[in-house]
Order: sequence, then structure tokens, then C-alpha cells
Amino acid sequence: MSGPVIDIQPGETFTLNVGPQHPATHGVLRVKMEMDGEYIIKAETVLGYIHRMHELMGENRAYPQVLPNLSRLDYLGAMGYTHGHVLAIERAAGIEVPERAEYIRAIMVELNRVASHLFWFGAFVMDLGGFTPLMYAIQDREHILDMLEAVTGSRLTYCYFRFGGLYNDVDDDFVDAARAFIPRMRKSLKKYAALVTGNIIFRKRLEDIGPLSAEMCRKYGATGPVARGSGIDFDVRKNEPYSVYPEFDFDVPVYHQCDSMARYKVRMDEMEQSLRIIEQGLDKLPDGPIMPKKKPKLIKPPKGDYYQAVETARGSFGIRLVSDGTKNAYRFKLRSPTYSNMHLFDEACEGMMIMDALAMMGSLDLVIPEIDR
Amino acid sequence: MDLTILNAVVAVVIAIAFAAANAAYLVLAERRGAGRIQRRPGPNVNLFGILQPPLDGIKLMTKQLVIPGGADKALFLVAPILAMAPAITSFVTIPFSDTIVAHSMNIGVLMIFAFASLGSFAILLAGWGSRNKYSVMASVRAVSQHIAYEIPMLITVTTIVMMTGTMNLKELALSQSGGILHWHIIPSLSSPLMPVSFLIFFICSLAETNRAPFDLAEAESELVAGFHTEYGSMGFGLFFMGEYAHIVIGASLITILFLGGWGCPLGLYPGVWWFLLKVYLLIFSFIWIRWTFPRTTVYGLLNLSWKILIPISLFNLLLTAGLLKVF
Repeated sequence: MSGPVIDIQPGETFTLNVGPQHPATHGVLRVKMEMDGEYIIKAETVLGYIHRMHELMGENRAYPQVLPNLSRLDYLGAMGYTHGHVLAIERAAGIEVPERAEYIRAIMVELNRVASHLFWFGAFVMDLGGFTPLMYAIQDREHILDMLEAVTGSRLTYCYFRFGGLYNDVDDDFVDAARAFIPRMRKSLKKYAALVTGNIIFRKRLEDIGPLSAEMCRKYGATGPVARGSGIDFDVRKNEPYSVYPEFDFDVPVYHQCDSMARYKVRMDEMEQSLRIIEQGLDKLPDGPIMPKKKPKLIKPPKGDYYQAVETARGSFGIRLVSDGTKNAYRFKLRSPTYSNMHLFDEACEGMMIMDALAMMGSLDLVIPEIDR
Repeated sequence: MDLTILNAVVAVVIAIAFAAANAAYLVLAERRGAGRIQRRPGPNVNLFGILQPPLDGIKLMTKQLVIPGGADKALFLVAPILAMAPAITSFVTIPFSDTIVAHSMNIGVLMIFAFASLGSFAILLAGWGSRNKYSVMASVRAVSQHIAYEIPMLITVTTIVMMTGTMNLKELALSQSGGILHWHIIPSLSSPLMPVSFLIFFICSLAETNRAPFDLAEAESELVAGFHTEYGSMGFGLFFMGEYAHIVIGASLITILFLGGWGCPLGLYPGVWWFLLKVYLLIFSFIWIRWTFPRTTVYGLLNLSWKILIPISLFNLLLTAGLLKVF
């Protein structure tokens, strides 16, 4: 049989294209890896497979028309992104928000954060080869999605917040369901700890694997659980408080091990903290209107440069808004957390084995539409 | 004379048919088991999804077998057959009870291991032949894994063969007749470490059959689908069924070597039903483990074998050899 003559040199490397269609990248991310057997010599992430020009749309459309776009960034934690947008516009246009609306917003965002972390938990363990926890996590997440659907009308891409308030008030059913959900979720978290966190294979695959130093996180601007797993105590909800978060008593989990396990533990603890916020929010939920009495018909923020950051499930999400006084923004810049978190990967995975590198990629919690925007 | 040949052929065909039927229906059992573990029904149309395996087979057979451009056509086509054929052939020598055995051989153990190692050969050929980087990486992993896990497995079997003085599977099982205390899993005076050996053998059979947590050769989150990434149609189907045939063999071997074959724990009514009960309990535990644990790493897997399993099994071999001389 005659085939091509292959001249294999010692130390020869090959290029492996992980993605854009690969089960580990959870979307259309492509990583070009220079491999030496199982070891990664160099990696280069290639973006742009799902770019939809949300920023340009933000400049060409009136402010309310952009609102649904924001929930298309991150389909797992969409509520946090719309929250950032409405806060930015309210700050720019000087719109007062009733207290009840603020509380409901916080409850919704935290519920959505728990749902997002739950899905990440399942997908992450699936990256490591354990399929069953995904099913358990999705089941718990289903309760949250059902609650949110009853109030907001959608399950993933919410357009629930309005400039100045909310689209729909919550009813008693929602409050009861949320109250019933908290103890159930706490029980589930205990179950996850027993099923996954203590598992010896799981721990061996995560502990001391995928180190991301605090310097590296600062260099790339990583935020959220990724930075908190590297010992950086930064949470926008605490450090640059917005909405009603100063009213709540909650902790920011920080781990100093810098490995994949630390990032895992941060997210698991964050779910517990989110439950605490929801609990307090439900207790403190005041009565009153959900939309302000006085609200401009056409939103035209005065000339200026505005910035608003919020803590989403993936990290610090910022909106920079340059207004020229018209109904469209002059510049609409989104600072998405996953974009920064992901760029760590190129540097961090050098010299790692591919299975450890992909486990680390799972621990970064990438949502690709949010990177490409 | 003619009748004996006919007898042999019929017996062999029945054994192979049993293996093939098992391979097909274990897919269903696995999916039902996974469903039960994950709180979902699994295939449940038509009486527990009883029609699922034949329909899956029809679906796979009607699909086109795509041979990737640049693939080594001969190796690509041979590999799935090589995965399935040796696995079901080794059923010929497995005794289901003292009368039900297709062909009792004096070197039965050796034959099963010879055929089992052909399974890793199939994975190597599939990975190499399909000209896919993921597949090549998977087959490299599979070969190092199979080498690492066949050694402790064979050392453990050597220990048992030394104790019983036979390599005939039927005689191996008969040597344990008379209740649970005679089984090899129970430590005896001459081999006090037998439960450990059982554990080693169990872990090695998980690794040999490419089951989770040792399914590195098809690690779907890293290597897409590992060695069968490029396989569709019945090529994939044969790999899939070959895996289950290997599982049945592994469970049968464990039953015969450690759990007394077809003997009852209390020594009552020995027969094929006890054999099948033990085999299916073991298979269930394989399925249970698969859906509970995440996957290990390559180096974790090799460390486990070379640094823990092989030294322990070697120590056990020496200990048993010494004690057999004493008692």
C-alpha cells in the first residue's frame, strides 16, 4: 500500500483545533492548541463565531429597544445583564426607582444567579466525565425557571426590568414558591457536597490543578468567582454597592488556593449566599408601586459619560454609556466578564495536559455568546 | 463423530448468540439504569423499551458508513469487527454451570485474556486508521491503559491458578463449590489477601472494558468521542456492542474466579441461575459506578496501576506462594 511518506521528527508538535464545535467549549469557542502529545505547548483562543454586534445595535436603537439585547449576552444569567443596563440608564437619565421594585430586582437577580451557578455546576462535572449531577442540577434549576417564568413570562432571555421599575409585580404565589425553594435548595447543596465535592476522583482532578495567580487575574482583568478563587476579595455588590445590596447581610466567599477547586468552592458558596439574600429580600419586601410616578416618556439622558458595573453570575459586568442628548446612545460599550476571564486561559494552560486544561476551562464558567456579544 | 461436531457447533453458536443478545440488551439496561439514577424514566415505550435495541440496530444499519478522506480504509473497516468478534468468541469457554459450557478448555483463562487483549488492538487500529488527531490521542491512551491494567489482572489470576492448580474455568469454579466460605473472595489460610485481590481484579476489569471512571479512550469532554469519533453506522454499533460484550466477560470472569461460579452462597441448588444472578449484579454495579463517578486523569490512572495495584498484586502472589508451601 502506498501512502504519503510521513517524516516524523523528534519533538515534533501538532496543531489541535478544539472547537468551534467541541463538547468541552460549551459553544462556538475555538482554541488553537499547539500540542506535544497530551501536553499543550501554546494555546490561542479564536473568537468571533457568534458575534452579533450588540454594541452597535446599542448605538443605532433607542434605549428601550436595546433592553432585550442585553439578555441575549448571557443566556444563563440574563437577569444580571439587564439589571446593569437599566441601572446605567437610570443613573444617566436620573430616574428614581421605587423601593419595592429594587427589592424584587435583587431577588430576581439572585435567583437567576443560583440558576446560572447550578447549570455551571452540572456542566462542569460533566466536563470531568460525571454525567449524573447535571440532571440533578437541572432539576433544581427547573424550579427557579418555573418561578421566573410565572412572573416574567420567559425562561431564559428575560426582559423583565424597565427603566424605573418592573414590567410586572410579583404575586403571593411567587413569594410562597421562593420561600419553599430556599430550604429545598439548601438540602440540594448538601447533597451536592456529599455526591461531588467529597469525591476522591473529583478532588484529585481539581486540587492544585489549573493555578491562576492573583497577579494573572489582575493582568487580564478577571473578576467574579475566577478572581475570588485566586484570593482577590472583590465583589461589585460589596465594593461598589448598587440597588439595595447594602441593605442585605451576605458574605463574599474568597479562597486563596488559586486552583480549580477554589473556583468550584466559590461558586458553591455563592449559591448559599444568594439564598441568604433572597431570604432577606422576601422578608423585607415592602409594599408600594413598582414603577415611578414620574417617568419621562422618551428617555434622553443628558450629555455625558456614564458607567455602571454590576456583579453578574460570571463577574463584574460594566456598561459605559456616552450620551449626546438624543434618544440613541453615542457610544455603548459592554465590558463582559467572561471575555476577560477567558483570556487567562491562553497563558494558564501552557504546559498543562489537555484534560486538566479543559477542566480548568470548565472552572472559568464560559458562556460564549457573552464573550462575542 | 458427525453428531459431536454438530453438537459443538450448536453449542458455540448458542454461546455467541447469548453474548450478542446480552451486548444488545445491556445497552438498554445501561440506559434504564442511568435513567433510574438520574431520576428520569429512560427508554420506556413498549414494555420497558424492549424494542429499543433492535430499533437502534435498524437505525444504525440503515445509516451510511462514512469513511473519512485520507483514512486507512482497511484498518478503518477491520477495527470494529476486531472489537466485537473476539469478545463474543471468548464466551465459548465460559461455563455457565457444570453442564452448560460450549467448549471446556484446559487453557480457558489464557484464551479469554488473549482475546481480551485483542480489544485494545481494535481501539489502536480504529484510532490510527481514522486519521483524526483526537482518535490517535485516544488510542495512545487506550494502549497504555490496557498494558497497565492487564499486568495486575494477570498477576491476580496467576495467584488463583496457583492456588487451584488449574486453568480450566470449569474446574476453577468447581474448586469453590460448597458455600460462600469456599469462594476465593473469602480469605483463606493460604491466601489471606483475597478480598484485596478481588478489588484489584474488579478495578482492572473496569479499566479493561473502558468503563467510567476509566473511559479515557472515549473521554467525550476532551477527545470528542475518542477512538470512535469518525465512526458512524454499524461501525459505531459494533464498538458499542463490543464494549458490553467485554463487560459480560469481565463479570463472568469475576464470578468464576472469585464468587464461586454457579454455586449458591449456602451451598443449596447450585445452577446456572446463581451464575446469571451474580453476573448481572456485577454488571449492575458497573453501570452504577459509571453514572456516579467522574473520569480519572491519564496520569492518575497509570499511577494507580503501576504504583498501587501492581505492587499489591505482586506481594499477594509472593505471599500466597510462600503460604502454599507452608500449609
